[in-house]
Amino acid sequence: MKKLLIALFFAPLMAFASGGNVHLDKWPGAVSDKAALQNGAKLFVNYCLNCHGASYMRYKNLTDLGLTEQQVKDNLMFTSDKIGGLMAVAARSDEQKLWFGATPPDLTIVARARGEAGNAGAGADWLYTYLRSFYRDPNRPTGWNNVVFENVGMPNPLWQLQGQQVLNHETHKLEMAIPGQLSPAEFDKAISDLVGFMVWMGEPQQEFRRTLGIGVLAFLLLLFVLAYALKKEYWKDIH
Amino acid sequence: MAAGKSEKYKSDGSIGGNALEWVDARFPATSLYKEHLSEYYAPKNFNFWYFFGSLALLVLVIQIVTGIFLVMHYKPDAALNANGVPIAFASVEYIMRDVPGGWLIRYMHSTGASAFFIVVYLHMFRGLLYGSYRKPRELTWLFGVGIFLVLMGEAFFGYLLPWGQMSFWGAQVIVNLFSAIPVIGPDLSILIRGDFVVGDATLNRFFSFHVIAFPLILIGLVAAHILALHETGSNNPDGIEIKANKDENGIPRDGIPFHPYYTVKDIVGVVVFLMVFSAVMFFAPEGGGYFLETPNFYPADPLKTPPHIAPVWYFTPYYSILRAMVWNFFGLPAKFWGVVGMGASVVIFAFLPWLDRSPVKSIRYRGPIYKTMLTLFVICFFILGYLGTLSPSPMGELISQICTVFYFGFFLGMPWWSRMDKFKPVPERVTMK
Repeated sequence: MKKLLIALFFAPLMAFASGGNVHLDKWPGAVSDKAALQNGAKLFVNYCLNCHGASYMRYKNLTDLGLTEQQVKDNLMFTSDKIGGLMAVAARSDEQKLWFGATPPDLTIVARARGEAGNAGAGADWLYTYLRSFYRDPNRPTGWNNVVFENVGMPNPLWQLQGQQVLNHETHKLEMAIPGQLSPAEFDKAISDLVGFMVWMGEPQQEFRRTLGIGVLAFLLLLFVLAYALKKEYWKDIH
Repeated sequence: MAAGKSEKYKSDGSIGGNALEWVDARFPATSLYKEHLSEYYAPKNFNFWYFFGSLALLVLVIQIVTGIFLVMHYKPDAALNANGVPIAFASVEYIMRDVPGGWLIRYMHSTGASAFFIVVYLHMFRGLLYGSYRKPRELTWLFGVGIFLVLMGEAFFGYLLPWGQMSFWGAQVIVNLFSAIPVIGPDLSILIRGDFVVGDATLNRFFSFHVIAFPLILIGLVAAHILALHETGSNNPDGIEIKANKDENGIPRDGIPFHPYYTVKDIVGVVVFLMVFSAVMFFAPEGGGYFLETPNFYPADPLKTPPHIAPVWYFTPYYSILRAMVWNFFGLPAKFWGVVGMGASVVIFAFLPWLDRSPVKSIRYRGPIYKTMLTLFVICFFILGYLGTLSPSPMGELISQICTVFYFGFFLGMPWWSRMDKFKPVPERVTMK
């Protein structure tokens, strides 16, 4: 029974993990940009968290983005009333599978999982390109398709912001058919912020990790000088 | 050293002195300290390559201490939690996010796993450079090969625990290999898994092996390795027995007490090692996708086979040898010969003391044949390792077959080619280079 449950739950990931060989745009953002991360968090809870969970992540950790607990409660908490609660999703996975043909995967560490051997940062580029590459396709059940992820189950969740693109089958380029609320430049910035949030969420302490690393290396450098001097002193008579 | 055994500490009347005398009357504290540290005479000409023994010990301690803390929070459970994620996978992310300092402990452990193999490979290479496995240190070498085998098992079991995609499918592939053994194979693989597929039973028994059984064996073998080494005394870059030349007190003329000389020297090595270790851990904990493989950030999915299953980098040379065997021999399938080849490629190291027939130990006094063969062996090892990280291809297969032939040729031909070399005269005393 347990195996059956595991099987049912993970089958849709099969579709999700299949990627094509499309040129990826470089993600232009930075994890150190707190304002961008806050905007990304807003977009994430409004547009992503309805279907996708971020179930390793607690709401309280959003205060690391420079927000107070009250601000998080008022603006970002739609799926839980406890600040220590996990950013889980309310939608049931079996129903979602019925609607989309696949259960939306958890997104907490998707930016890390989308990285490549030899290029851990590729996950951000993939997400940045993928989220801007939806186009209208009447042959798909949802009416949407994606250049980066062919026949993806997910419809474009941000179509009101982006507008509707179509694929020019001769040039193989995406063209804007119906403009959305944001200009293309504004939309790229919004997606960059959203991707930044997902990169940050993949490892919320990553900035601290690097800062601590510099301190540790500085300490070790000092220790090296002392250790080397000690060794020299002891060994001065050994020839 | 033998003199130390009978010596008992005599108190100078202080409280500490009295305490030590009391202990010494009941436990060989002073004689152990002398035998293994203050009166263990090591050759004075150790070079760069001699840091990696003590570093391996350091990494072992790092792995055990961080492991103890990880076990406090990790849950070996393949069942799904309320959010549909395997509990084991979620507990690793819990350590990374919610346990104070948990991310640091976990990165130390994951970086430590790769560091262990880097250090051990360099330590073994030192043995090849200076003939450390030669008489009278055969048992030290055999204990070392045992450590290496147990370490591989330890790493394999540990890699399943995060219960990611590569954990699951890597274990699936490796355990399935055992089913290629004639007659007992299928039952053996079920015995290892505890189930017909890799599942909760497998996860729990691998956890048990990883945190209890194999570390115990490992520590026992490390103790035996060091005891055997201290019985014969250390080799050195000149491959000379320093015990052959002792002064009137029975102390080797080219020996210096391990403590304080090599303790202070090893501290320098430890600090440099920790700098490299920290640089990886703090700035690239994924090790470029080789220490933490990106597919392992997806939870284990029994229904979705990843397009490319590659073992972690430290197993890839042997994995290439496994894949290089593509022919059926004697009515047995190629897969079986792959397993035999893979096993033999590791175990063959144990025979080195008896395969090497050169009259000198150290590469310093060997001729061009050994230098060429050793260089080619290392190149082959790297090529095999690199090919093991890639998807199979016809060209890769051919290259890995050539390298496999050379890999075994290096060992099996050694009784002949190691004798044919041009040797230089070995000096009486060690040289400080």
